[in-house]
Amino acid sequence: MAVKVRIPTPLQRLTQGKEEVEGTPGKVIELVSDLDRRFPGIGERISEKGKIRRFVNIYVNDEDIRFLNSEETVIKDGDEVSIVPAIAGGAWPRAEVRTEEGE
Amino acid sequence: MGHIRGLKCRECGREYPIEPIYVCEFCFGPLEVAYDYKSIAKALNKKEIEKREKSLWRYRELLPIDGEPQVGLTSGYTPLVKADNLAKELGMEELYLKDDTVVHPTLSFKDRVVSVALTKAKEFGFDTVACASTGNLAHSVSAHGARAGLKRFIFIPASLEPSKIIASLVYEPNLVAVDGNYDDVNRLCSEIANKYSWAFVNINIRPFYAEGSKTLGFEIIEQLGWKAPDNVVVPCASGSLLTKVWKSFKEFKDIGIIKALGTKVFAAQATGCSPIVTAIKQGTDVIRPVKPNTIAKSLAIGNPADGFYASQVVRETGGDGEDVSDQEIIDAIKLLARTEGIFAETAGGVTLASAKKLIAAGKIRRDEVTVICITGNGLKTQEALQGNVASPHYIKPNIASFEEVLKKIP
Repeated sequence: MAVKVRIPTPLQRLTQGKEEVEGTPGKVIELVSDLDRRFPGIGERISEKGKIRRFVNIYVNDEDIRFLNSEETVIKDGDEVSIVPAIAGGAWPRAEVRTEEGE
Repeated sequence: MGHIRGLKCRECGREYPIEPIYVCEFCFGPLEVAYDYKSIAKALNKKEIEKREKSLWRYRELLPIDGEPQVGLTSGYTPLVKADNLAKELGMEELYLKDDTVVHPTLSFKDRVVSVALTKAKEFGFDTVACASTGNLAHSVSAHGARAGLKRFIFIPASLEPSKIIASLVYEPNLVAVDGNYDDVNRLCSEIANKYSWAFVNINIRPFYAEGSKTLGFEIIEQLGWKAPDNVVVPCASGSLLTKVWKSFKEFKDIGIIKALGTKVFAAQATGCSPIVTAIKQGTDVIRPVKPNTIAKSLAIGNPADGFYASQVVRETGGDGEDVSDQEIIDAIKLLARTEGIFAETAGGVTLASAKKLIAAGKIRRDEVTVICITGNGLKTQEALQGNVASPHYIKPNIASFEEVLKKIP
């Protein structure tokens, strides 16, 4: 059993249109390198200098990794990982919408 | 004109042409308008500004439009009230209120951002404007759009209070009440924005819309006699207003309108929805989303788009953050009304109550010039005070009955 990784629409061009790909267990940041080897270009879209980009959220089994162990969070066999762009004010379907209204 | 260079990603710096876009295609960061400050510095100075109409458009070179202003020609330039009675209560020497309870025409600071957004929407050639809102933004888009001759689609949660629905409906927009909460409405709107080519002021027009908030900061500096205050206290929902107020101060410094800038920026939130203040207090730059539970509905954004940037501004300027309970909000609304004769909406209560705590804790010093931003009118959220104000004196229509009451009044 491997790790299931959900790819958001704007990055599916890099995964030949696949919504879901398989990954290998290990730290989140290692998973990103692994994905980048198989789908060149995806790494720099979601991370920079070993850090996940601020407007990209990564969930391991529905928990945001910022509230686990960030880039060092360890993913086990059978875990599900979702990559979700956080979009100020809304955007692509399945993106995490951050709102802009009040004050 | 010609003072705008384009759009630029706040995160990775990639540049884009001026279009109704708002997210960096590469790293998903938010896009922001980039200006040519050298050419603005040549075109704009204090004398030139002082000659112009008293509206938010007197700073037009620093706003992202190409041609003439088209919407909100009478919006902005609200009073900066020297609040001596309130200052005395709080033990402050020099305290000011930026009074956006009276922005023309819909009585909240949203008239500033919407004036810029709809002018830009017209420049882009849109005939329909839209927004997702729970109140102030709905009123402002409905009103300004009516006058500008634009078709309007306003999306609200169906559970909104009747008074807020009426204050939008009177301008006859297409008001769409969605069976869901504000987050559901916003999600739906982001899908609609992808499908229909409308100007969603807080989605695809957002980079331009948000710039309108800077006018509140420009006015504070001008009205203080071309000086930046020592402290400014700003309410936070998405965090956009706070970051733009700071941007406005920096821009006036950059183009030479003010010589010195040492303002500390303070963030105010309700305890029932304080993701930004929590991050500031914990000294982290990770904004943990929350489920809002507060009477300050206009600030109830659990996942604030500009939360990170707002917390950075607070840190970088040596400011701080404070959050307050619903009771503290109500008490502050009443304090403001009793001392200065200004009726603020719940967000104003949040800002004043937070300022009060920051002063008491010595984080805002008593001898420093301080500005508190009051961003909306209390007539819009009267239900928040239900049960928290006194009753009238009921009498018979004769003098004896009146004098009975008079005896009881100290």
